[in-house]
Amino acid sequence: MEPRIGIRNFKSVLFKSVIIFFAFVITIPLIIVLLYIIKQGITQVNWHFLTHVPAPVGEAGGGIINALVGSFIMVGVAAIIAIPVGMMAGIYLSENPRTKLAYYSGLCVDILQGVPSIVVGIVAYFWVVKPLGTFSALSGSMALAIMMLPIVIRSTEQTLNLLPDSLKEAALSLGVPYHRVIIKVIVPCGFAGILSGITLSIARVIGETAPLLFTALGNSYLSVSLTKPMESLPHLIFTYATSPYDDWHNLAWGASFILLMFVLILNIVTKLLTRKWKIQL
Amino acid sequence: MSTVLVLIIVGVFITLIVQSMPTIKTLGVGYLWGKVWDPVNNIYGAYPFLIGTLLTSFTALAISIPFSYAISIYLGEYNPKGWLSDLLKNTIELIAAVPSIIYGFWGIFVLVPLVRPWELKLGVAPYGVGVFTASIVLAVMIIPYAASLGITLIRMVPSPLKEGAYALGATRFEVIRRVVLPFTRTGLFAGVLLSLGRALGETMAVTMLIGNTSAIGNTFKDIFFGPGNTMASVIANEFSEADHTEYVSALIELGLVLFCVTVVINFIGKRIITKVTNK
Repeated sequence: MEPRIGIRNFKSVLFKSVIIFFAFVITIPLIIVLLYIIKQGITQVNWHFLTHVPAPVGEAGGGIINALVGSFIMVGVAAIIAIPVGMMAGIYLSENPRTKLAYYSGLCVDILQGVPSIVVGIVAYFWVVKPLGTFSALSGSMALAIMMLPIVIRSTEQTLNLLPDSLKEAALSLGVPYHRVIIKVIVPCGFAGILSGITLSIARVIGETAPLLFTALGNSYLSVSLTKPMESLPHLIFTYATSPYDDWHNLAWGASFILLMFVLILNIVTKLLTRKWKIQL
Repeated sequence: MSTVLVLIIVGVFITLIVQSMPTIKTLGVGYLWGKVWDPVNNIYGAYPFLIGTLLTSFTALAISIPFSYAISIYLGEYNPKGWLSDLLKNTIELIAAVPSIIYGFWGIFVLVPLVRPWELKLGVAPYGVGVFTASIVLAVMIIPYAASLGITLIRMVPSPLKEGAYALGATRFEVIRRVVLPFTRTGLFAGVLLSLGRALGETMAVTMLIGNTSAIGNTFKDIFFGPGNTMASVIANEFSEADHTEYVSALIELGLVLFCVTVVINFIGKRIITKVTNK
């Protein structure tokens, strides 16, 4: 026997309220974190902060230019490595979805997406740091590139899958060779989607600390050499946040604010790009 | 270029195995159950880190499940369209976008002082940092992974099924409980698995909040509220200080375990997802 309709309706309403409660409560921690970082960080940021290296303990002032430049260089180099490889792999996966190689590499993309970033760091250490004999920005870029790959590949693949076959067929029927069809028709048509994957992957890796711990290491001076240790925003936050000095904490709050802004902007750009393409990343 | 990917995965696996060979050889499987981690005297046991990792991950998972299910049901069934739904969905995605180092930093300065008085009331040493604190932050961080999958899956429930149940006089709650949830059960489970995979490998936020002690407490209360270490956090902390081969390879073996576990979890998760979404 089912209970009376009044009770059942009441249960239904109760359930809905509980669901709504839980669904919205989870935004509270996020809002608290964001507001706190903004509140602590925004007062730190000024021109001096953006153009100077960190000051030694006990001295006022100091900035994060070394980390800003370092993050840009390392993420830039990582992008230069990951984007061509990722795009080509994505094109391959979308053009030949039924081959054995496509199956296994698709599987590897999924696996790579789940590999903990600290493991990527260890591996980059043995692949680049050990052979070169020194911690270097290049090894950091290498680790970041490995983390970027799956996102670039998946977004390229999914965007290209959305393109109608007739586009490709029209170009082929005009006698255009296959490789030119890919370069001149397929890639330009899916450009916004691929670009959104690139911005998203940059947003993901710009805040990665774990892979940089034993690769780029960190550097309290401004360095632009790829073969030397280099500072990065997340690594600077880590070192200074876990230090016992208030001045350094303030520096880390400022750096967190800057990092957060980068991540937010990159995510908004991604959102705007994907809105046009309706791809799920 | 696709072969590059296969090479990377195989390369990662081989590198980890080769580099952890010294400890695999000398310590064997017993390494995983060894209770003492004392690099100075060359004694290595991964048990404290296994416990730390499992405890943080599953506590975080347990906290996160009600939220991720609620979000999935709300955005999948009650309110799939409109500005409020978009806003909430973007906010959830933002949770995943914020770098873990920022959660960790915030946790040290805001959450830790908040946790301390509670620990005093419970009669445990008020470290503030520890397994419990790390789990709370971790729970927030992993919600988006299960939730975004859950939303997609619940939206895919065919409406004739739901309409049939409504036609029989079911209330909304009954439709969700008897039709929507059973229909999406495996998929939602896969989402939880993906969240778990994230939780196991999460490094920075946990490293900053767990307290980093390799000794393990005696009572459950001590372990749960006291400082500890996870596999990822011990690697992050000690890898650059490790000065002899055996120490390094013991740490890498932790990495190997972590890699294998996350690979298996993600593999099963993705398998279920492809199966569920292709039908």
